[in-house]
Amino acid sequence: MTDAPAESADPNQPAASGQAKILDPTGLHARPAVKLTKLAKTHEATVEIRAGEEGKWVNAKSPNAVMKLKAGSGEILFVRAEGAQASEAVNALVALIERDFDAE
Amino acid sequence: MTETSGERILEGVCAADGLVVGRAVPLVSSAHVHRAAGSPGEERGVLVQAIAHASEQLDKLAQSQDEMGAEILEFQTALLEDEDLLAPVYAAVETGLPADQAWMRVIDGEIVEYREGEDDYFRARADDLLDLRDRVLSVLQGKEPARIELDGDIIVARDLTPSRFLELDWSVYRGAALCGGSPTSHVAILARARGIPLVVGLEDALETLQEACPAVLDAESGRLILGPTPGTLEEIAGRLHARKADDAAARSLIGEAAATARGEHVEILINADDPRVLAEVPVAQCDGIGLTRTEFLFSDGMLPDAQKQYEVYRDLVTWAEGRPVIIRTLDAGGDKPIPGVTVDDESNPFLGLRGVRLSLITPEVLKQQLRALARAAALGPLKIMIPMVTVPEEVDAVRALLNAVLSELAAEGVAHARPQIGMMVEVPAAALTAERFKVDFFSIGSNDLIQYTTACARDNPAVTRLANPKNPAVLELIRRTVEAAARMGVEVSLCGDMASDPERIPDLLDCGLRRLSVAPAQVGRVKLAVRRYG
Repeated sequence: MTDAPAESADPNQPAASGQAKILDPTGLHARPAVKLTKLAKTHEATVEIRAGEEGKWVNAKSPNAVMKLKAGSGEILFVRAEGAQASEAVNALVALIERDFDAE
Repeated sequence: MTETSGERILEGVCAADGLVVGRAVPLVSSAHVHRAAGSPGEERGVLVQAIAHASEQLDKLAQSQDEMGAEILEFQTALLEDEDLLAPVYAAVETGLPADQAWMRVIDGEIVEYREGEDDYFRARADDLLDLRDRVLSVLQGKEPARIELDGDIIVARDLTPSRFLELDWSVYRGAALCGGSPTSHVAILARARGIPLVVGLEDALETLQEACPAVLDAESGRLILGPTPGTLEEIAGRLHARKADDAAARSLIGEAAATARGEHVEILINADDPRVLAEVPVAQCDGIGLTRTEFLFSDGMLPDAQKQYEVYRDLVTWAEGRPVIIRTLDAGGDKPIPGVTVDDESNPFLGLRGVRLSLITPEVLKQQLRALARAAALGPLKIMIPMVTVPEEVDAVRALLNAVLSELAAEGVAHARPQIGMMVEVPAAALTAERFKVDFFSIGSNDLIQYTTACARDNPAVTRLANPKNPAVLELIRRTVEAAARMGVEVSLCGDMASDPERIPDLLDCGLRRLSVAPAQVGRVKLAVRRYG
């Protein structure tokens, strides 16, 4: 479900965005939230996520902020990144959400 | 609290099943000591060190735990690495606040946010923050987490944080009773996974228990009995003895199909009060879902949109892997008020507008639910159950609404299927005349059937004894319903608390029931009771 990376106004500040649906029936709970932030932290780019189109963008590297999204099962998580390897960061996060956070 | 000759019975909620006779001992957390604060620069250094130290403690604790314990601690460790969370703490230190106060101020603010809202899972995360707050505070105050050595084996505490729970030596302590807590908290999940009996919501337990005393932790019925009388102890000893033998037998049966001693098959379905519990239940242990209460969907007073409802129902059908899934339409009213849906100030809510009576007054809500259910029915054998039916016209009205919804879906080209429609049998009028109702199945709701047959309100402790499931009138109504279903050639099951109580199983099987819907935790014990029958 990844969108094509958005066009960036500044070629030195690449930007990207994507989205994926939360599959886990309990929603984005503590374990996935931690996994997501850990993955986000492996990327240098600024990464933000929000739950639903009306949601507030929060820092995807903050477990507290991600947990407080209270994103439920079936909700769409939007991911956007800016900076070095922004599209890699977005793709990695979207893939993680699509894999249902590698839940056993 | 009730009192008989020194015996004090405190009523709470069972969070992890079990029965312990022992010594209740209060676990009181030590008061915070004030520490001398340094300059902002020094305080910053102290805080950095304390956070690093707390992080090490958590890592060490996680290493000594199994996977589940480690996962629960993982969230706390991650919070200590959360720059967004820590930034305001350091900012407060820069303004001259001592490290401990800055830490407490920020984390307390977060805890308040987590406690707000209706989502139990989210609220339970407040425990994680509280746990973390106290861990860092005790490091800041130069205290290592106290090693607890208590003269007793039933811990009575205001609340237990997940890490505190994991630090306790559960080979010494055998159960816990908490004033706060919820059955969906991390501590409850841990207790269930480890088989530690846990009762929560015992509001004034700590005030009542001034010092250690003999006690019974009855986590079968969610009670703490302080200073039990010899009579109580004798009764508990009997239950304990039977329990030990049964536990082993029940474990060996849990994955097998239920059959009576004569080899007659009995279907065991489960009650999905909250779909989140399904994550802990292997689907192969049951024959489907016999009751899904949908009130949880409406818990924040707002109606979830059709798509969200559909997704919840879809997940249930997916979980069941082809087994039947019975979903009850909204059963609001009575003791389950929902703001904006139920009627306020009824003089007797149990005899008022509840269940289908309420749904038919606000058909928009019901219609939206039926639409989501019909869509999910395309994915597997989903069945709709109507609560609180008294007369056949109520079923007919719901069926007419369903027909309208199905036509709409067909016209829109949306994937759907016609679900079976059944009804709860919980009003004596329905139980006595079941054959008048044109339904695909019956499910007997024993809790309300007992309440209405014995004229004992479920929320009135003074008449609890009278509301006896063994009352012959109750059993007679169950028998009549089962017989009517047989004559009509439709399925019948029972989904109330009676089906989850092994002692009631022989009576239910005597009535002719061969399909029971039980609490997920009771599947093994119920299968054992079935095995012993006949």
